[in-house]
Amino acid sequence: MSYKTDYNAVAGLGRANEGVHHFWMQRLTSIALVPLTILFLIPFGRALGGGHEALVATYGQFGNAVTAILFIAVACWHFAIGMQVVIEDYLAGGARLVLVILTKLFSATLAVSGIIWPSPPSCSAPEDRPNVCLSNRTTHL
Amino acid sequence: MADVNRGNRPLSPHLQIYRLPLVAKISIMTRITGVGMMAGGILVVWWFVAGAYSPDYFAVADALLTSWFGLLVLVGSLWALWFHFANGIRHFFFDLGKGFDLPTVARSNWYVIGASVVLTGLTLLLV
Repeated sequence: MSYKTDYNAVAGLGRANEGVHHFWMQRLTSIALVPLTILFLIPFGRALGGGHEALVATYGQFGNAVTAILFIAVACWHFAIGMQVVIEDYLAGGARLVLVILTKLFSATLAVSGIIWPSPPSCSAPEDRPNVCLSNRTTHL
Repeated sequence: MADVNRGNRPLSPHLQIYRLPLVAKISIMTRITGVGMMAGGILVVWWFVAGAYSPDYFAVADALLTSWFGLLVLVGSLWALWFHFANGIRHFFFDLGKGFDLPTVARSNWYVIGASVVLTGLTLLLV
């Protein structure tokens, strides 16, 4: 006979402490995306189609660059959680597991790719290690 | 045996023949737009990565995004974004326990659809 209470047997185990984590993160990221979407679309729409000069002029500015990075990163996070819910609603077993993992990998890759571009303005690589800079042919932002 | 003759009565609403209410159609559209706008998302990130890679490569990306095909994807994603955005705002009210009664839902359905069209138009006009 055990003297443990039912509560004591489950406290701190399993999903007990994080069951609402996804739900809550989905709300928080969506609230963050409300201003970020608007702040991202305005400079992006103006720079689109303007060639490389427009890109440098727009995203050489600190505020535009940070807004774009935040928007892409938070949107990818939001996508990863949302896509997981969609997959879990329609699939089960191995397919579910694989697709959820692929979704996370894809979202993380896309989010990080969105951060690469504003490399420092003066990236001078040493002679023996030219690959330190993303591309030596680039006019860095 | 009870009730051997079930008669010719209709079965309970079946998904294939059940006409989804507008709010349910909007709900499933929110899901589809959420997944679908990734098409635009990939293009946009690729545009940025190309810009960091080289001006020559960026010219290719910039041209593709402003070609008829690129614009089709981008404008489609833009509408998807605002639709998802508008219904997301409505869900904040739902989360707070507000706006659940049917007359309010019937009205907010059209707010969501209207807002998605108006915001897409505004974005294209102003930006």
